[in-house]
Amino acid sequence: MTPITHHLSDALLDAYVTGNLDHPFAVVVAAHLSLCDSCRARAEAAEMLGGALLDRIAPAPVSPGAQDRLLAALDHAPPPPRPITGSGIFPAPVMQALGGQPPKWRMLGGGIRQQILSAGADGALRLLYIPAGRAVPEHSHGGLELTLVLQGSFADSQGRFGRGDVEIAQDDLDHQPVAGSGAPCICLAATDAPLRFRAMIPRLLQPLFRI
Amino acid sequence: MPAETAPQTDPTQWLLAVRDHRDRAAFLLLFQYFAPRLKGMLMRGGLRDGSAEDVVQDVMLAVWHKAAQFDPHRAEASAWIYRIARNRRIDLARRKPPPEPEILAEPEDTEPDAAQILALGQEAALLRSALGALAPDQARVLEQAYFEELPHSRISELTGIPLGTIKSRIRLGLERLRRDLNDLRQP
Ligand SMILES: [Zn+2]
Repeated sequence: MTPITHHLSDALLDAYVTGNLDHPFAVVVAAHLSLCDSCRARAEAAEMLGGALLDRIAPAPVSPGAQDRLLAALDHAPPPPRPITGSGIFPAPVMQALGGQPPKWRMLGGGIRQQILSAGADGALRLLYIPAGRAVPEHSHGGLELTLVLQGSFADSQGRFGRGDVEIAQDDLDHQPVAGSGAPCICLAATDAPLRFRAMIPRLLQPLFRI
Repeated sequence: MPAETAPQTDPTQWLLAVRDHRDRAAFLLLFQYFAPRLKGMLMRGGLRDGSAEDVVQDVMLAVWHKAAQFDPHRAEASAWIYRIARNRRIDLARRKPPPEPEILAEPEDTEPDAAQILALGQEAALLRSALGALAPDQARVLEQAYFEELPHSRISELTGIPLGTIKSRIRLGLERLRRDLNDLRQP
């Protein structure tokens, strides 16, 4: 197994730890943290800073009955359901986004499949399935695109990306990822602006990609 | 007590008593320490008095129910509780629960590694004193990011604040504790 070589940036990790990252990107970050001990440790160091800030914040007194209400709730409130855990190639945050079910792929043509996991004003999150050796139509995007490989690999002008690797593509990067040979490439991708395809025909595909 | 025999801060010891013995007296100490701080954090995040107290109750209940997931090798109580409060705040603001990374549970029979717990406590103490030595405007940026909402365009300022050396030392300590989950993680 090739070790992870493409990691999260400091800015992404800080935004995630402080709760300032939009949902689609937070899912990709949490999925990488589930696979990467090194970034997990970076996130925990940043959380320790959150704890240190909480220690020294000016306290706001709680009302006198709060403690008794809480003690009563300990006996009566049902414990929260166990969180959804990872399954197969999908780490826990991806299974959570899938609602605990296996993906329901939708064909996009050329053997490429996708499932949109969320789409809204805060961006879009999707799973992509690219057959070995196949190219994703060349595209650029107006914002940030964060892609995490879950199976197989892809390569583009930024390098080669295998399981656990994250590609951070900013604004104006024009890139054309090509899936590696061997297993199909399955990735989790978050975007905050619609993809723009360069060629005419893929532009017709855009409604299918639907973001 | 000398640091060698009591490496954890008090709140971490209380949380371990809750985790291992469901100790209600220790849980009350946690409440008395954290509830006013959590309320302060949530009010800085824009919640009104009453809703801030409701969220404090949610967070403290989650502390009680999730205590089994607390690992003193990887976090102090304050960091672990900060994370729970942050997730609750995100859940309320977006009406959907934030993603949770895979839980790194210790195997049942794990003996506590006193040296690692001590080292983590020492790094935390260094982090606290470095925090106290920051210029007020730098500390304000951190508090805004962790308690309120920092515009995306200003997130990169956080890495310019001189806590990086200590954070990377903590990270190295935590990385040494990496569990070899590779087999589990490969499909
Ligand atoms: Zn990483």
